[in-house]
Amino acid sequence: MCDRMTRKDAMHRLMTAIALIAAAPAAQAYTVYISNERGNSVSIIDSETLEVIDTVDVGQRPRGIVLSPDGSELYILASDDDIVQVMDTATREITHTLPSGPDPELGVLHHSGNPLYVANEDDNLVSVIDVEAGRVIADIPVGVEPEGMGLSPDGSVLINTSETTNMAHFIDTETLQITDNVLVDQRPRAAVFTKDGSRLFVSAEIGGTVSVIDPSVPEVIHTIDFEVPGVPREALQPVGMQVTHDGETLFVALGPSNRVAMVDAKSFEVSGYLLVGQRVWQMALTPDEALLFTTNGISNDVSVVDVARETVVKSIQVGEQPWGVAISPE
Amino acid sequence: MRLSGLICALAVAALPASGAVAQSAAVEAAVLRVEHERPLPISRLDLPPEDLGFAGGLLATADNNTTGGFLGQEFKLETVSVAPEAAVEALETLIDGGATFVVTLADAPTTLALAEAAGDRALILNAQAPDMALRGADCRANLMHVVPSRQMLTDALAQFLVWKRWPRWFLIEGSHPEDTALADAYRASAAKFGAQIVETRVFEDTGGARRTDSGLVQVQAQVPVFTQRAPEHDVVVVADESEVFGAYIPYHTWDPRPVAGSVGLTPVIWHPAHEAWGATQLQRRFESAAGRPMREADYAVWMALRVLGEAATRTAATDPAALGDYILGAELELAAFKGQALSFRDWDHQLRQPILLAAGDIVASVSPQEGFVHQVSPLDTLGTDRAESECVTG
Repeated sequence: MCDRMTRKDAMHRLMTAIALIAAAPAAQAYTVYISNERGNSVSIIDSETLEVIDTVDVGQRPRGIVLSPDGSELYILASDDDIVQVMDTATREITHTLPSGPDPELGVLHHSGNPLYVANEDDNLVSVIDVEAGRVIADIPVGVEPEGMGLSPDGSVLINTSETTNMAHFIDTETLQITDNVLVDQRPRAAVFTKDGSRLFVSAEIGGTVSVIDPSVPEVIHTIDFEVPGVPREALQPVGMQVTHDGETLFVALGPSNRVAMVDAKSFEVSGYLLVGQRVWQMALTPDEALLFTTNGISNDVSVVDVARETVVKSIQVGEQPWGVAISPE
Repeated sequence: MRLSGLICALAVAALPASGAVAQSAAVEAAVLRVEHERPLPISRLDLPPEDLGFAGGLLATADNNTTGGFLGQEFKLETVSVAPEAAVEALETLIDGGATFVVTLADAPTTLALAEAAGDRALILNAQAPDMALRGADCRANLMHVVPSRQMLTDALAQFLVWKRWPRWFLIEGSHPEDTALADAYRASAAKFGAQIVETRVFEDTGGARRTDSGLVQVQAQVPVFTQRAPEHDVVVVADESEVFGAYIPYHTWDPRPVAGSVGLTPVIWHPAHEAWGATQLQRRFESAAGRPMREADYAVWMALRVLGEAATRTAATDPAALGDYILGAELELAAFKGQALSFRDWDHQLRQPILLAAGDIVASVSPQEGFVHQVSPLDTLGTDRAESECVTG
């Protein structure tokens, strides 16, 4: 299976290269932002040319990055500076900062654009930041080492995963109280809902699995395992995830195995693995879902996946240790 | 929040043991630290803090209680420091007080005596003794090892040296039994991974005080002489578990060679500079609670009590029998900032784990090294594999 994939990959790469030269893909042009954890910068990529068009110096150890719904502001979680920086995407300048508590890593913005929910690892808290007022309006006590953040499509349920407690905490965004806790596998890193809100996926880096949760109960209804011939089980470490709008396909970044798994999000069967750069961490789909961008921390590049063809079409060199990715809206 | 959590744990630890608390659903554990007589460390930077090991236990208990808060589970910890001859008596007091899980910081003979005394009344989690016999001929059904065996540590270093293509070792071993045991482990590792020990010399411990005004002058004169005329070698490997002379070796060898083993590049389970795999989070949590960097003993006790917490979380139980069964079973997996899950080997109750290779102020590498393969887990390239195990109880 591995051999077949590789040959197919190579062929597709060639075909896509030809396609790119022959006719520009129908895809719309988006702006792709990549945070470089070690480079202390944000690389900006044009999704049409697939070239880096700018590199902006930001705070120390930028990890999670989040765009405002209209794409006008980029929130950069500068972990070693213990702040959130706000970049005006038109001028590409940092206009102001928001308080975050120590070591902010991942955040999620309410669909309305306010507030920003940030995992605050040192104090076992999720901080709720009013991005307009520029202050922390609430702290929610959660499990040990809060990490992944997800928001239900209707904005009513915030999910936080805690890496040492190994739970997905369900938080009511009105009352800011925990309503449920669902135990998952070791070191949960990310949480994503399907667009219809009927399923929640939680990746467990050390457990090597993705838990499928029915949020209405809530409980784990299935656990997705991964297997790649010739790759040790320990290297298959699920981290970032993306699910398509139609809820059909789940992409799972598998860290040091340098693979992205494609999963049928209905049957939970793994349909294939894409070979990407080294230590693939986070991912983002373009709004038209034509392309998937993955950040590869060790090879200092971004892999671009043609979603329809299920193949990697380009690697783009970015700054040192790319970590987070955000893509401008339609 | 963190501080108040710790104060709670402390308050619980200070409660007198009585029947009144025994009926609660709390998981009751203890850390028993046995104070073996040791010389002062060569470097005053290595002087042991008073809360060595205990601070790791308090943090793990606070972590467990944070998680337990979501499940209606409570964890209690008692910490005790005793002389070797009072160890078994202290264990009895702890068991009478309700402790069913006891983390030990003790040498091998004391650890074995404690395991035998505990019998089926308590599970002993060894957080200090690296001796092979405890995992082999002397293994016990109620004895688990969260710290690696000597062989795991020496295999970890050996893999790195072989990967570096530094196969010719000049071995210098101390004159105490534990130094000989460590040197034996290096000999076994060399044979296992294809390195050659081209020369072995024993550094005799002649006793005497550590602090003398002219100490440095003597070291600079003696160590070059002690190490001269060795056959061609790539690296000096030091086996000095008793910490008598190792620190004096680097920079004083006759031939300019890197030094590894008990000094130089050192196999360890924890290092205050370890930052990979989210370890910074544990470092920061520990430092803000304890007011000092985390040491190996703190991490060992943290792991032992997190094993307990993980068992309680996964089984949704707090009764000792259910927890003990889960810990002794094959399902337990622990995330402990080493990039992969740790689990117990069912043949000798040894926790399989990656080993850090520390060099001064940083972590230089982590073993197992790439390319060392195993049919079950790369972690089982370190230490005693199932087929070689002499344990018949585990």
